[in-house]
Amino acid sequence: MMYFSRLKTSLVLGVCLLGLIFAVPNLFAAPSAWVPWRAIHLGLDLRGGSYLLLEVDMAAVIKERLDSLADSARQGLRRAGVARFVVTPQAAQNRMVVRIEDTSKQDVALKTLQELGTTVGNQTVARPDLEFESTPGQIVVTLSAPALVDRARGAVQQSIEIVRRRIDETGVVDPLINAQGDSRIVVQLPGVEDPKRIKDLLGKTARMTFRLTDETANVSNPVPPPGVDFLAMEGGPGGKIAVRRRVEVDGANLTDARAGQSPQTGEWVVNFTFDSIGTRRFAEVSRNNVGHPFAIVLDDKVISAPNIREAITAGRGQISGSFTARSATDLAVLLRAGALPAPLTVVEERSVGPELGADAIRAGAIALAVGFVLVMVYMAVFYGLFGWFANVALVANLVLMVAILSLLEATLTLPGMAGMLLTLGMAVDANILINERIREEAHNGRTPLNAMETGFRRAFSTIVDSNATTFLSHVMLFIFGSGPVRGFAVTITVGIITTMFTATMLARMLMVQWYGRNRPAALPV
Amino acid sequence: MFFRPLLRIVPDHTKINFMNGRHAGLIVSAVLSIASIILFITPGLHYGIDFSGGIIMEVRTPAPADFTKIRAGLDAQGVKEPGVQRFGEDTSVLIRLPVQPTEAATQIIVGKVRAAFEQAQPGSKVMRTDAVGASVSDELKTNGFLALAVSLAMILVYIWFRFEWQFAVGAVVTLILDVTKAIGFLALTRFEFDLVMVGAILTIIGYSTNDKVVVYDRMRENLRKYKTMPLRELIDLSINETLNRTLGTSMTVFLAALPLALFGGATLSGFAWVMLFGIVVGTSSSIFIAAPILLFLGENRLRRDMAPVAAKAG
Repeated sequence: MMYFSRLKTSLVLGVCLLGLIFAVPNLFAAPSAWVPWRAIHLGLDLRGGSYLLLEVDMAAVIKERLDSLADSARQGLRRAGVARFVVTPQAAQNRMVVRIEDTSKQDVALKTLQELGTTVGNQTVARPDLEFESTPGQIVVTLSAPALVDRARGAVQQSIEIVRRRIDETGVVDPLINAQGDSRIVVQLPGVEDPKRIKDLLGKTARMTFRLTDETANVSNPVPPPGVDFLAMEGGPGGKIAVRRRVEVDGANLTDARAGQSPQTGEWVVNFTFDSIGTRRFAEVSRNNVGHPFAIVLDDKVISAPNIREAITAGRGQISGSFTARSATDLAVLLRAGALPAPLTVVEERSVGPELGADAIRAGAIALAVGFVLVMVYMAVFYGLFGWFANVALVANLVLMVAILSLLEATLTLPGMAGMLLTLGMAVDANILINERIREEAHNGRTPLNAMETGFRRAFSTIVDSNATTFLSHVMLFIFGSGPVRGFAVTITVGIITTMFTATMLARMLMVQWYGRNRPAALPV
Repeated sequence: MFFRPLLRIVPDHTKINFMNGRHAGLIVSAVLSIASIILFITPGLHYGIDFSGGIIMEVRTPAPADFTKIRAGLDAQGVKEPGVQRFGEDTSVLIRLPVQPTEAATQIIVGKVRAAFEQAQPGSKVMRTDAVGASVSDELKTNGFLALAVSLAMILVYIWFRFEWQFAVGAVVTLILDVTKAIGFLALTRFEFDLVMVGAILTIIGYSTNDKVVVYDRMRENLRKYKTMPLRELIDLSINETLNRTLGTSMTVFLAALPLALFGGATLSGFAWVMLFGIVVGTSSSIFIAAPILLFLGENRLRRDMAPVAAKAG
């Protein structure tokens, strides 16, 4: 039991050496891109930066789905020859109600509506996305639960893509963008102290549409005529414009958008280019409506509504409004990146300046150093030589912890630093249990070797039991926690694993080596 | 110091009759825990924005913060119900604002606070801004308490598997008493209760369990070794035998957490003080609470349950 084979010795030393190697990348920058260089990331609370938690407006996603479903239903029913029907989307209940006056057409209508449905999920478990409930004179079409989940997931994925494109355009280095839960997106922006501009960029859906106006409508009427919206002018005073609902060309058909200055007036404009579909449609619409105003609408606000002077066939155009250099650039960024499927709202925001992070690192490092020294002195005073063995194991423990955290590319947060310190305090507990047990066994008259062996064996189950509970509770903290506190949970759980190794294997090996060399008659306990 | 130990915490063969003090220990603990529960109800915990939602801004002023000017500045800007307090150093100010209805409103009020500082003490710098919406804070709170509850349940199950049920009950009852005291301490000291504090409490739970496992392990061993010794004597013997361990392991963690409380910075000091408090409570409860509970649960039952286990262990 107390005999350490050459193989075992070299294994233990090998692990420590590997630990040292993997811990090194934290001290230096990578020498070249080709060397694998995994290091611990500093959390935003230590390096400074912004953390944004965005929520995708799922109600809007569902409403949009129902609206488009209602449109298709109306067209389908008309084509199927069902006369006199009313389609009402009810977003709050995730459903659409279709009333049919002529009940003899019920079956035809149901069949038409059923054709609108598709399936969601993969090949093996495909589920219909619509559920139908037919009573005479009325058909209720409900979005199924898997369809809702699928929609939500799709919306989050799509939003992440757009958010990434928008942030990339701003030149932020190393942004981290991830989904969280069913409807949220985490955005981490290292080095961004004031995320106002990013929030402004992300706060817009940026759905741009080109629509015709209704010049006959009276905008002072309280209710717009059917098929027309009264929309406000962006940045302008209260005046409204009657814009037709029908979208002639969609912003999705843009291939490029750049801010620039108009050579004639010197004011800021956004130049854009359409793809082939957009070019064709734009040409057609402009040819048929020369002399009429054409509204450029962004998120339900009219940016500008210029008169069409001639047919525009080249697929290029210019938006002028009351732009500044900044707002023109931002609009160009938004148009290039594309529209979000639904509005995003910031539900949590944390930003830390770099100075505060540096202060935190300094304070944490001082505490870590002082705590380390105090624990080592304590072990030396109360346990002598065996205490020093524990101290060597403690240093190895720190190195191994750093190595594992580097390999995991874990994030070190301020609470994480506290976790490291506490782990070091708890790591020597295992050595205390072992040393006390050895001492006891020696006092009971065992020979030194026998006492050491029994001490390790008997203390081991206690060490496992006591560490297991701490391990379990921090796994729970990792699962249920979020943000910096997860860093704390990670360091403690990693620390427990390394402690099991250093306190029982490394410290034991040191003792055995020492015993083999000196063969003392009594142990220094 | 380099070869032989210089000091021992308690000498060998210490024989303190801890069980004499069992009633006193339990009563003191019960009173403290009840007081803690009362403190928890009123005035209650000082929830950090993780759990209450709202806005926190940490501002560093170029000269020692002039709170009269800052308050006047905030008032002039029309910032309603600001919480203004010193944070660690005297050039550091913490502003706390309630949850705003919309993102735009949050933006505006943060701008107003900046303006107020610019007016009161030009050159002030916003070091940190945290804004947590109501829906998020509700979730964080639920998850925080869930983490605590699930951890306690898992520890109960674990100890149940590894020991006899009396030990599990003893450990969990003691842990609950420990946790209530930690919460009472939080309510009394007005440290902010946030996710990091949940981490602290979980660490206290884990740590306190370690201590109990050490003592229980020894009791279980002694129950097999001295089959006829009265339980009361046996418990005292076990506590005395493990006293150096119980106190030693606590000392090292205490020493590790102490510098954190003293130099760890304003953000971590609350966490560290709660840890230190928890270590003291956890250690004393191992001796004065966890052990007596076993005595109350009864010798006969414990011995009867032990017999087959001992036989199996051979």
